[in-house]
Formats: sequence, C-alpha cells, structure tokens
Amino acid sequence: MADQTLPIGGSLDITPERSERQTLLEWLQAWVVTVDHKRLGILYVVYSIFFLLVAGAEALCIRIQLMIPNNHFVSPETYNELFTMHGTTMVFLVGMPILFGFGNYLVPLMIGARDMAFPRLNAFSFWLTAFGGLLLYYSFIGGFGLYGMGAAPDVGWFAYAPLTTKPFSVGHATDYWALALIVSGFGTLGTAINIIATTLSMRCKGMTLLRMPLFVWLMLVVSALTLITITPLTAAQVMLLIDRYLGGHFFDAQAGGSAIIWIHFFWIFGHPEVYVLVLPVFGVASEIIPVFSRKAIFGYPAMVAASAGIAFVSLGVWAHHMFTVGMTSVGNTFFVLSTMLVGIPTGIKIFNWLATIWGGKVQFRVPMMFCVAFLFQFLIAGLTGIMLSVAPWDWQLHNSYFVIAHFHYVLVGAIIFNIFAAIYYWFPKVTGKMLSETLGKWHFWLFFIGFHMTFDTMHFVGLLGMPRSIYTYEANRGWNHLNMIVSIGAFIQGIAVLVFAFNMMHSLRKGKEAGNDPWDAWTLEWSTPSPPPEYNFATDPEVYSRRPLWDIKHPDDPDWKYE
Amino acid sequence: MRPAHNYGHPIETGVPRPPHEPMPWVDPATNQTPSTNIDTKQMKSIFREYGARAAGLSLLPVLLAARSWADGPQTTPSIFAPASTPANSIFGLSMFVLGITGAIFVVVGGLLAYAIIRYRAKSSDDASEPPQIYGSVQVELAWTVVPILIVVVLFLTTARIIFAIQDAPKPKDALDVTVVGHQFWWEFRYPTLGIVTANELHVPVSTPQDPEPTYLHLLSADVDHSFWVPQLAGKTDLIPNHPNETWIEPQHTGLYYGQCAQFCGVEHAKMLLRVYVDTPEQFAEWVKDQQQPGVQDPQVAAGRQIFETHACTNCHTIKGTAAGTFGPDLTHLASRATIAAGAAMNTPADLHEWIKDPDHYKPGCLMPAMQLSDQEIDQLVAYLETLH
Repeated sequence: MADQTLPIGGSLDITPERSERQTLLEWLQAWVVTVDHKRLGILYVVYSIFFLLVAGAEALCIRIQLMIPNNHFVSPETYNELFTMHGTTMVFLVGMPILFGFGNYLVPLMIGARDMAFPRLNAFSFWLTAFGGLLLYYSFIGGFGLYGMGAAPDVGWFAYAPLTTKPFSVGHATDYWALALIVSGFGTLGTAINIIATTLSMRCKGMTLLRMPLFVWLMLVVSALTLITITPLTAAQVMLLIDRYLGGHFFDAQAGGSAIIWIHFFWIFGHPEVYVLVLPVFGVASEIIPVFSRKAIFGYPAMVAASAGIAFVSLGVWAHHMFTVGMTSVGNTFFVLSTMLVGIPTGIKIFNWLATIWGGKVQFRVPMMFCVAFLFQFLIAGLTGIMLSVAPWDWQLHNSYFVIAHFHYVLVGAIIFNIFAAIYYWFPKVTGKMLSETLGKWHFWLFFIGFHMTFDTMHFVGLLGMPRSIYTYEANRGWNHLNMIVSIGAFIQGIAVLVFAFNMMHSLRKGKEAGNDPWDAWTLEWSTPSPPPEYNFATDPEVYSRRPLWDIKHPDDPDWKYE
Repeated sequence: MRPAHNYGHPIETGVPRPPHEPMPWVDPATNQTPSTNIDTKQMKSIFREYGARAAGLSLLPVLLAARSWADGPQTTPSIFAPASTPANSIFGLSMFVLGITGAIFVVVGGLLAYAIIRYRAKSSDDASEPPQIYGSVQVELAWTVVPILIVVVLFLTTARIIFAIQDAPKPKDALDVTVVGHQFWWEFRYPTLGIVTANELHVPVSTPQDPEPTYLHLLSADVDHSFWVPQLAGKTDLIPNHPNETWIEPQHTGLYYGQCAQFCGVEHAKMLLRVYVDTPEQFAEWVKDQQQPGVQDPQVAAGRQIFETHACTNCHTIKGTAAGTFGPDLTHLASRATIAAGAAMNTPADLHEWIKDPDHYKPGCLMPAMQLSDQEIDQLVAYLETLH
C-alpha cells in the first residue's frame, strides 16, 4: 500500500482523490486483482451461470437430435462431443464453481469473519478454475492437433479407457479434457483448503463449531471430501497423459494394462463427487426451509452427524457404478450394502426438513417454492437410487435412460433447484435489490413443469430398454413418443432459464431495494448492509446461539436458553 | 448427393429369408419398421398420439402395459417383459423393490404434501412466530431405526438374487458362445460347434423338459462394450483383457433386440444386436448350415474375384477363400437379416449402398469405401448374396 513506503505509516494520506465514476479499465482491474471473498464469490457464480447457459444449449441440441428416430440434426461425431461437453461442463464448470462461489461469499459472512483465511490463495484458485474452463472450451479450436481429428472431447464425461488412449482417440481433444480437469481440479483443492482453514480458525467470538449455520457445516464437510476425491481424479488424468505421451501402459489392455483400473479411479472420484455437489445444497435447504417455515431447524446435531455420515459412507460406494464390469458376487454384495447404507442418513435429513416445516407458518416465497420442490424431487431421486443399488436390477438399469433420469433428478431436481433457491434468497444480500417475485414464479412453474416432463419420462424410456450415449435409435423400439415428450420438456426448462436470466438483469437495475434483512432471517450475513461493505463487519460480532439474529429480535425468548 | 431412400433405417419388409428358416414367430404386422422418413402427416400423428399418451401417463399403466406384452419377444426391449431365467429373477426382485419404495414414497410424500398444505401461512395469522421446536431424540431415533430395518430386508433379498444369478451352477449341456465386442459390431463364436458369425446370435430355446441355457463368454478386441438384451438378461460389460461371463435361458422362441450399452466410440448407437431363439430343430438346422464352407457358385465368379483381389480379404473371412479377422465373418452373410450390425437390412440395394459408402449408414465406422464402380459392386453383391 502506498502509505507503507512512507517513514510514518498512515500519517499522511497521499492517495489522490479518485473520480467518482470509475473508467471501464479501472472497473475491470478491480475485479481481476480482487482478493475480496465476496467479489470472488460473485465471479464464481457469474462464471458458472455463463457455463450453465452454454451446457444448457448443448443439452437442447442433444434433445433436438433425439426428438425423432434416425434424426440428422447433428452428426454422430458432434453428438458425442455434445454429451461429453454437456456432462463435463455441468459437473466441473457449473456445479462445483457455483457451490464454491456460494461458499466463498457466505462462509465468512455467516461465521462473522472479515474474509477467507487465505485471500490470495482464494483468488488464485478462482483463476485456476476459470482458466481450466477456458482450456476445455479451447479444444473446439485446438483439439484438431496435427491429425486434423477431434475438435471437442468425445469420450463421455466418464472417459472410459481404453477409448481415451492414443489408438482410439487421436488428436488432442482428450488431452484438453484431461489437462482442463487437472487445472480446474487444483483450483478446487485450493478453495477447499481455504474453506477448511476459514471455518476452523476464523469464527467470531461465541461461534462454536456446533453453532455454525448448517450451510457452513456442509461446506466444511464438502471441502474435506473434495480434498479426498479430487486427488484420485488428478492421479488418473496424469496416468492417462503418461499413457498417451510417455509410452505408459496403465490402461493399455493389449500391453497388459487394465481398463478396469480407470473405472475404479474414476468412480472413487466420481461417486463422492456427487456428494460434493449435493451436500452444499443440503446446506442451502437447511438455511432456507427454517426461515420460510419460521421455525428453527429440527434436530441440528442429527443434521450435522448425518452430513458427516453421508460424506463418510460415500467414500465406500463407488463400485455401485461397476455392477456390470464383472465383479464377483461377494464384491457386488458388499457394494449393495454400502450403497443402501447411504439411505439412512439421507432419510434422517429428509425427515428433519419435514419436521422443520411441521407446525410452522410456511411462506411460499420463490426460494421456498424451489426448496419444497427439491424435497419432493430428492425423495424420488433417493428412491430410484435404492432401485439402482439393487445390483441385479442395476444390471438392467445401468447405462440406460433410467440412470440418466435418476442422476438428473439429483443434479437438476435437487441441486439446480436449490441453486435457484439460493440465488433468489441471497441475491438481495449480494446486490441490494430484490429479484422480481412475479418473474420468479414464472421461472419456478415453467422450470418445474419442464423438469418433470423431461426427467419423469426418461425413467420410462430407460425401463423400455433405451441405452444412454446413443446419437439415434431405431424407429420400432417404442421410444419415439416418450423421447418427444422429453425434448419438449427440455425446451420448457430452457425458456424458464431465460426468464431467470432476464429476471436477474432486470432486477439488478430496477428491482426493489432489499434492505439489510428482507426475509426476517437469523444468520449473521443478514446483519450487514446489502451489499455488505468490503470489511463485512465494522466490529467483530459476538454470538450466543445458532440464530444470533433471532436472539436480537426476540430478547424475551432467545435461543441460547435452549442450547 | 446421397439418395434419400432408406437412410439408415432398417426396413424389414421384403427381407429375403433363407429357405431353411421358416421363422414362425415373424409376424409382418408387428415386426414391421415404420417408414423411413417421417413426413408431416406422421409428425402430426406423433404429436396427436403424444398428447394422448402424456394425458394417460403414469407409472402403473406403463408397467401393466409392459407386463402384458410379455411372454415372448417384442420390438420394444422392455425390462418388464422378461423372457429368460435371469431376466425373470430380476423382474421379480424389481417388483418387490418397487413395492417397498412405492410405499415409502406414498408415506413420506403424503406427509410432505400434508405439511405444506396444513402449515402454510394464512392471511388471518397474527405476526407472532410459531412455537420453536429444536428436535426430539425419541422421534429422531424412530426414523433412524425404521430405515435401518428396510435396508436389512432389501439387502438380504438382493443378495439372494445376486448369488442365484451370478453363481448359478452351469449345467453340463449348456451351450457355450464366445462374444467378442468390436468397434462397432459383435462377433459370435461357437467353439464347440466350429461356427463363427456376427451380430445375430442364434440360441436354442430352453424348456422345462429340456433346459438348455446359453453361457456367453464376453471378450473385447478394442474398447469397452456391454452386452444387453433386456428381455433376456441384465447387461455385462466386454472389457479388453478382462474376460467376463453371463448367461441366458430364453423360454420363448423369437427375435430379441438388444444393443451395446457402454459408449464405445463414434458409432456406438449403431452397434445393434439380435438374438434369435430357435426351436431345437431350427437350431440344429441352423448349426448344420453354418458349418458348411462358403458356397462357390460359378455364376458369380466375377464378384468373387473382386472380393479376393481387393482389400476385402484383409478384414473379412469367407471360409475357403479369405481369412481376415478385423471385420465380421461373411461365410454365411446371406443367412443374416441385417448388415453393418443392424444399421441396414441385408437386401441387395442396402448391401450395394453399404459397400459403396459405408459412411452412408454408419458415418465414422471402420470399413473403408473401396472405390469400386457400380458395376463391380453389383457383381460383388451378387456374390455375397449367394453366401447362404
């Protein structure tokens, strides 16, 4: 800082007076060099919403192609690129960054801290993630390589070897895929370390671990899980690159390598990854549902324990993605059991949310509408998950559209619904403006109807034997009408997302002023101005219970009496 | 410009059937593929029908409909229309699991629906907050124990079926078939019978009097594939350097559809699979025919010469002539209903188009266009059509 170069720090303010209006370059520079957790959080979210639109457009192309049998909207090569990029983008460039973006923005505010523990690492992590995404999309230009083959990766987001080895994947598309995930993976690791350090060491006075908001707890659990799960993915990518460029034989079956090793590595990463995505939105729901039911969360300690339990069990279930690769009957049975165990803590969470609503005064504002839809959809996703954990039935359902329907019920029905809920809920805090309720309700109902048309129907297509990853299908298989319904639903969801994007831009300019605490909520972030100043809290807050603002609003009946 | 006819669509009418194959199950009415290109009128009818279906769409009717078509092969390869022992066991298990999960859905979903209706804020409410309840150990224990009991039941039932299917003792007279997955076609070898064929698997029907399951040994020549004929069994992957095994025991004769269920590259979608379940007599006859060497008809010597003098022989086998192994064995090509792993029908016109430009039906497939003249291709097709 300028004043530190002077003999007496701060004695003389030599900072020139800045003009009120920043120039465009100043504005841009402020965003690029920022280490403020709030700005970085916003960057993450904006970046993810951009890629949500991109990957959503890819999904719509996929659905146009599958509307009718033997369609020729896109070539087989393009189709394979589309579903690979759709999956990779949604998981790595939408799901993870947006949730870590929420974490970045909210964790310090919720625990009464002024920033993350390592602000510069925070900025570094964001830019790694951002450039990882750009690297992935650069493959559309650079993937051709010297062979004139490729363009974007076309090996599926699971990228099973040996399809990814040199003989079957010439050109550079697969290299971009691997490198992009390594780079963004390091970014994710940095953020995870940062969140762990922040929650463990930056909490304000009185904020014991068991008084942290559940969202913070979930981000802590997820960050720990991330440290464990990203590592095998990075290791597998490095092995793949060694195979491709240094003559390694990890996955080269003809030289004695093992194709199954890749599948193990991928799902040791891939299954906990699902929980990395879904646990933060459990946190979102655990913040929003109590506020709009006007009740404290039911069974807070059980919610914390169930979250940690899910994370722990999720590390031992990966091979339920592998019931068809030819494990022994004993191996299959083990993974049936471990997978079914996930249902127990998950059930506890659903029951606790239900009990939180029970006896409350439920206000159906837009965030709550998304959360209630989430509860129904997550219930169904959990039940289809039990069906898939039944290994013999999985031999039928695996890699069919039933699986696609199941995991989109989790990824969209639970995660995206809660992400929308979170945006409607915290947008006023971040921008100082309310999102339009009317547009929000249009957004909700269109998305809800489109979602159910698409993903409910997909279950049936799967039961009728349609496999995933196929660019077209035969006309006599009985899948035609169902696929048409799926595609129409996808377009309705697309329209809903456009309504949402319009709502954001419109409300940012003309939205109602939010004030500090528009929802009459109870966690610390709502005690700050909207948007919060750079330092968050002028003085260090001190809390006495899990709901500090409840204590202030109800001095006659504060929470700390009951804890 | 590519001709608009027949673009990638199998047309099943007018398929020349080998004389020895009466195929009693083939009912032209049900086994017919809808027309090749969807015109406006059909689009309208699709939309009309879709509307009707959407209106009546719910879980139960679909399940019942799927189940009512059972007892034999159908063009829709529904997992709820099992026709083979392992598929039957899975179907029974799936109904049990569906019952339990359905009950959970009704109870929990019902409670949730009740809660959001009963406890919604009313305009008559005063501004006070509802009573704050922080938790209840008894209630929480109850809803932890009940799921544990459900898991125990589900797990034990599942384990029983896993062992029943995976560790079923193999009968002595079971038929052995080796299945080799290739990009993007299936190779079927019958080691005990000395037969090699492609894409269309023939197996005998299994009856209670004469049970004869077929054991499939699954190998891959290149990348991962997955063998899936939903009406006959769950899928099992074909992984290079990792031999797998599965078995089927079909109880009804007929044609069963399946396809590759593990993404294997650009033409994964056109790696289709047919299983013909024959009566014992039909199967014996089919075996006898397949064991013959390739037909040598002097009338098509010109075509045969083209085959032998071009690179066709690098990849394809015709017993007595060529011994390439990269592509499907063509010794009895004319006995098969489809070509290109089901991407086209085995008619002279389709075969001509396929040889002329394989990318026409399967863009990205590994068979190259051989740059033959139309006349040469006609001669070649004439020769191939004699290979019964």
